[in-house]
Order: sequence, then C-alpha cells, then structure tokens
Amino acid sequence: MIPELGHYALILALLVSLVQGILPLVGSHRNNAAWIGLARPSVLALWLLVAFAFGCLTYAFIVNDFSVLYAAQQSNTQLPLVYRIAAVWGGHEGSLLLWLLMLASWMLAVALFSRQLPDAMVARVLGVLGLVGAGFLLFILTTSNPFERLLPAAEEGRSLNPLLQDPGLIFHPPMLYMGYVGFSVAFAFAIAALLSGRLDAAWARWSRPWTTAAWIFLTLGIALGSWWAYYELGWGGWWFWDPVENASFIPWLVGTALIHSLAVTEKRGCFKNWTVLLAIGAFSLSLLGTFLVRSGVLTSVHAFATDPRRGIFILGFLAVVVGGSLTLFAWRAPKTGLGGAFSLVSRETLLLLNNVILVVAAGSVLLGTLYPLIIDALGLGKLSVGAPYFNSVFAPIMAPLLLLIAFGPIARWKQSQPLDMFKRLRPAFVAALLAGAILPWLMGSWSPLVALGLLIATWIVAATALQILERLKAGAMPPRAYWGMHLAHLGIAVFVVGVTMVKGYEAEKDVRMAPGDTVGVGGYTFRLLGVHAVPGPNYSAMIGDVELSQAGKVLKTLHPEKRTYATSAMPMTEAAIDAGLLRDVYVSLGEPLQDGAWSVRVYYKPFVDWIWGGCLLMAFGGLVAISDRRYRIKKLRRGEVK
Amino acid sequence: MRFLAPLGLFLVLVVFLAIGLKKDPHEIPSPLVGKPAPQFQLPQLTGADGATFTPKDMQGKVWLFNVWASWCSSCREEHAVLVGLAKTNAVPIVGLDYKDQRADGLQWLNRLGNPYTLTAFDADGRVGIDYGVYGVPETYVIDKGGVIRYKLIGPVTTDALEKKILPLVKELQK
Repeated sequence: MIPELGHYALILALLVSLVQGILPLVGSHRNNAAWIGLARPSVLALWLLVAFAFGCLTYAFIVNDFSVLYAAQQSNTQLPLVYRIAAVWGGHEGSLLLWLLMLASWMLAVALFSRQLPDAMVARVLGVLGLVGAGFLLFILTTSNPFERLLPAAEEGRSLNPLLQDPGLIFHPPMLYMGYVGFSVAFAFAIAALLSGRLDAAWARWSRPWTTAAWIFLTLGIALGSWWAYYELGWGGWWFWDPVENASFIPWLVGTALIHSLAVTEKRGCFKNWTVLLAIGAFSLSLLGTFLVRSGVLTSVHAFATDPRRGIFILGFLAVVVGGSLTLFAWRAPKTGLGGAFSLVSRETLLLLNNVILVVAAGSVLLGTLYPLIIDALGLGKLSVGAPYFNSVFAPIMAPLLLLIAFGPIARWKQSQPLDMFKRLRPAFVAALLAGAILPWLMGSWSPLVALGLLIATWIVAATALQILERLKAGAMPPRAYWGMHLAHLGIAVFVVGVTMVKGYEAEKDVRMAPGDTVGVGGYTFRLLGVHAVPGPNYSAMIGDVELSQAGKVLKTLHPEKRTYATSAMPMTEAAIDAGLLRDVYVSLGEPLQDGAWSVRVYYKPFVDWIWGGCLLMAFGGLVAISDRRYRIKKLRRGEVK
Repeated sequence: MRFLAPLGLFLVLVVFLAIGLKKDPHEIPSPLVGKPAPQFQLPQLTGADGATFTPKDMQGKVWLFNVWASWCSSCREEHAVLVGLAKTNAVPIVGLDYKDQRADGLQWLNRLGNPYTLTAFDADGRVGIDYGVYGVPETYVIDKGGVIRYKLIGPVTTDALEKKILPLVKELQK
C-alpha cells in the first residue's frame, strides 16, 4: 500500500509541476497577478509530494519490503540500518528520486528566501524550475519507477554493491547532487532574465548567492568522492579522471567561471551575455553529466545497469532544455547592451582571463571524456583516454590561472596601473621565488615541477596576506564577501601544496610479506605481525596487524582489511591509514599468497590531506561569502518600513 | 549570427551523443579473432579421475567456449539461454570456470542446470589471461580448425544467439 501511495504522490507531483511550470510563466508574461501568485504555493505542494514519495521509498527499505523491486535489488536484511537508508540512493531509480527531492528543496529555498525579489521575477524563476522538475518526474515515472512491485515478493534482497557500503556513500551522492541540481537555480535565473529582457546588475546580484551555494555543495561533493576513492579503493590514488568524476568536475570548472563572471556583471554591468551563457552552460553540463552516467555510453567504474530507453529520454530532455535555452539566448542576447568600458589592464580583463582559462580547461576535460564516444561514432575504432592526456593537458592550462589569482583582487575596476600592482606585490614575488628554489631542496630533492607547485602556492598565500594587511591598514573592516574570496583562494594554495607534495615525494611499495617480514618506505618501517579472520555484520574479514615504526620506535599497529561480503564474491579492500597533517601512511592488503604470506601495498603520502583540506577551505570561503550582509540588506529595509 | 554559435555546437554534440547511444562501449574487438585458440591443459571441474581438457580434444568440431564463474551475476542471466541452447544440440558448449572455488562451481551447475559438454577449471585465471578475458562472462566461437571466429563479451542473449552466434555456427559447420 505505502509504495503505491508514493507512486501516486509522484503522479500528483508531475501535475503540480506542470501547473507550476506553465501558469506562473504565462502569468508573468501577461501580468496576471493571480497566476503569478500560484508559483509559491505550488512549490510547497510539489516539495511535500516529493518528500512524501521519498519517505515512502525509504520506509520500504527500512522495513525490508522486498515486494518493491528496487528495494529487493538494492538492499537485504543483513544490511545495517544506516546502509539500508543510504541504499535508497544506491541505485538508478532511487538516486533520481533523491535528485528530484533536492530540486524541490532548492525550489522551496528560492520560494522562501526571495521575498525581496519582484513577484514576477520569482514566478519566472520558479516556473522554469517547475518545467525542469516536470522533465525529471516524467523520466522517473516512464522509465525509472522506484515503486515497481515484484510479485511474489523476494524472500531476501540482493544487497548493495559492497564498494558502496561505506560512510562515503551516505554523504557523497547527496552533496554532489545538491551541487548539480543547485546550478538549476542559476540557470532558472538566467532564463528568467532572458525572458523578461532584464539582464542587469540586480539579476546578477540575485543569482550570486545561489550560484555560490550550489558551488559549495559541488566542491564538497567532489572532495568527498575523491577522499572516498582514496581510502576505499585501496589504490592510494585520489583522482582518476574517470568519466563519472569528470562529469562532476566539468560543471565545477564552469560554475567557478560563473561565480567570477557574475561579479563583473554585478559591479560593472559587462559580460552579461557571457554570464548568461555560463549559467546555461553550468546546468547543461550537469545534465550532460547525468546523461553520461545514466545512459552507459561511456565505460566507467561507476557502471550502472543501463536501459536504452533511459538514454534516449535523457538525451531528448537534454536537447529540449539546452537547445531551447540556447535558442532563447540566440534570440534575446543580441538586444543586450555591452556595459561599462574597461582598459587592457583592469580587474575586468583579469576576470575575463579567469573565465577564458576555466572554460578552456572545462572544454579540454569534456573533449577527453567524450573523445572515445566521438571516435566510435565516426567509426574510427575503439580507444580510451586516460590520466596521461588529462594530466598533460589540464595542468599547463591551469598553471597561468593560479599565477593570476594574486592579481585579480588587487587590480582596480576599469583601469589599473601594472607597475603599481607589481610594486605592491614585490615581497610576495621574492617569497615565492625563494620558496620554489629552497623548499624542494630541503625536502630532499629538487625538481622543476615541485618547485613550480610550491612557488605558486607561496605566491598565492603571500600575495593574499599582503593584500589583506594593506586593506586592514587602510581602516574599515572589509565585508564578509572579501574574506570569503580570500579564503577560497587560500584553499587553492593549500590544494596545490597537497598535489605537489604527493606527486613529488610519495613513495609506494608492493611486496610479498610473510608474518614477521618488514618493509620500509618513506622513513617508516612496516612489520606484518599476522593476518587473522574476523566476522563482520554481513561480511567476513581478514584483518592484518601491521606494526608501524619510525627510527626504531614503534608508533602504532595498523589494521588493513580484506572483506568478503556474503552477497558478492568480489573481495573489498579496506586500507588502514595513519593520517597526519604532514603525511599519511597507508597500508592495504592485496591477495593471499602461499604459506600465510600476503601481497601488501604500503604508501607514504606526504601532505595528501591538504588536497581535501584545500577543498574544504574553498567551500568554507564560499560559505563566508554568501553570509555577506549585502545579500540580506533589502530584507532588513523591508522590515524597517513595516 | 555569433549568438547562434553555442546552439550550433550543442546540436553537433547531440548528434554524436545520439550515435553514441547506439554503440556499446563494452564491445571491444578482440585481436584473437581469426587466430588459433591458445592451447592449454586444465583439470575438469568435476575433478574426477584427474580428467583434463585441452582445446585439441575439440579438433574437427565447431564449438562454443564460454567463460563463467559462480560469483558472476551476469552469468546467471545468460545461464538459462545456454541451458536452452544445449537442449537443441546445435553446438557443443565447453565451459571455463574462471577464478572460482571448485565446490561453488559444482553447486552452481547442480542448482541451475548444466549446459556444458564439460567444464574446464581455471582456478588461478591463467588461461583467462591467454584468452584476454576482459569481463566474465565471455563466449568464443571456435571452428573445426581450432581458430577463434567470434568473441562475445557479456551475457549471451537470445538475440545475440539467433542473430550472430547460431548463423555463424551453421556457416562453419558446413
């Protein structure tokens, strides 16, 4: 009964989303206040219906209702409760429902926190979001119904892929989806602006906090996914340029460009068309990512079972949404004015460079991701594009952007004196050169890439510190947006340090170890004490005891695991990691060999946690920026009038 | 005009994606097609009397070589199709139980039915390496002269059987 109620709620939600997608849009076009007024209540209704449906599905998982096909495929009674709940979004149908719930939640947030916006504008934004929601509801109801029954019911479910049975799974997809879906708000604002013909500073200001909020979630989602791959896959890597990772990274790059371009549009009124295009692009690429992941056109470790109807539906949806918005763009954009003029050396120019570089980088990742598909479509054969392409193309494109980070905030709008900028940043320049020359040498070996990485990181930190000091000396506390920007930039520096140090100084060994054997890596000694079997809740594990010591002093015992889940023969590696601020020591069990010996992999990863630390700092910077009072100021004024 | 450029670019992308939908990225041409099947000698899964199997035993016959394992869920999908095929006696099927436990493999056959003329047991996957096994299940069509004529990656479906495998087998049996 309850699954049917959930299904019914989804059908009602489709009807509501159509009302929300059509009437307010038409109403704001014709200035019909009653139809405009429908936007907010219908969002609330939609959210309640979708949340109810999601609750019904979750209930089926909690009570192990295996007469629901999706629950039987994704869960079983052996699974601990938290994983049963997380399993709701472990497969295709449930993750789409989660996606929809997030979309509805973003709509609700827009409806609640946009009191200071003109009603017609809110109606347009919510209308566009309603149409997007209708598309996803139609997709779920026609090709991916999570409430489909399995009669007679299965006695036991099939269980979640053990790879996904991990705390990382509980948070990673929701975060990522919040980011993906969040760009729909920036998209809806852009389409609403195009429809109304009001591409102005006010539009940019309204879009900014929403775009940044989506970007924060996406940043955290990508970082979580990377961290999960690092500790769960047991290969010691943190980024694999897998098509699914790329599908989340491309919108991130474009979203980052959008954040910067919105700043120019708000402050100076330029780049309007470009900003609109980026807003359409960020969301379109999120949809494209969904298509790539869900249709199975690319091979990936995140392989989902594929159904050709799904691929066709998403492609059609993509064509309607993106094709429609780009047509609207081609029609409306020529009428937009150009905005304020600026000279060659100015903050506008620097932000334009930022945009060009980020978009070129996104384009090159997109090209590498789609290249196998394009070559196959042209009948030129089968190939795959791997990390070597991405590493050799991506890093050189991004390096100049990292050097420019320090100049952006110090440059003035309209016109800036290059000599003056260089003079003010001179100490940072010296510090960066010294760091690049000396630090790698102190670490033990000098190499050009490590030197460049440390030079860039030092340059960003030193230049940021100089600018903050200068600003504080001039008096008046800068607003939160200013601190947010600098925090995010410092996050980049921290990230660069992590990547550079890991690439430059990581060490690994892959050895055969019998109990009592030792192996040394990165100044640490590992002794395998033994491996014993331990039963887990729904798996049996072989747990190794590995004694970690440094310079003869025993530090601790690490416990890498090899788990075999009852429902799947694929053994899972649980690496043991001794994490630290300056280094991680990482042990994972490979295969059992003869005579009680095991193949064991040990890694020494200097500064690896800085990679995720940097991402956290970036996201925190974004959070500080959206808490700036100027995004709330209108609301306060309204309150005063009352 | 220049404002139409993004739309144009996007349409080209859609065309490629649409073609991509029809292609299967898992379908990988095998360099072994047209080459003699790699030789090996393996114990049979039953383990009885030290019986072994080598591709030479099938000399002069057209046969299917099907790689499977009890831990592989896609193998369960194709198993019914194989059992159906075995009943028609159209072509002998030799199994290769790949990286498996002997007891698990035997139990799987007992429970789901045994479509194989016999099954070779490749516990450590050494033979799988020679055949370039990429993902289980995989199926090879091998002709009377011991040459691999076709390789299918993924489960054998009724569709693949009727359109590809059986016509080829008939052709080769002439």
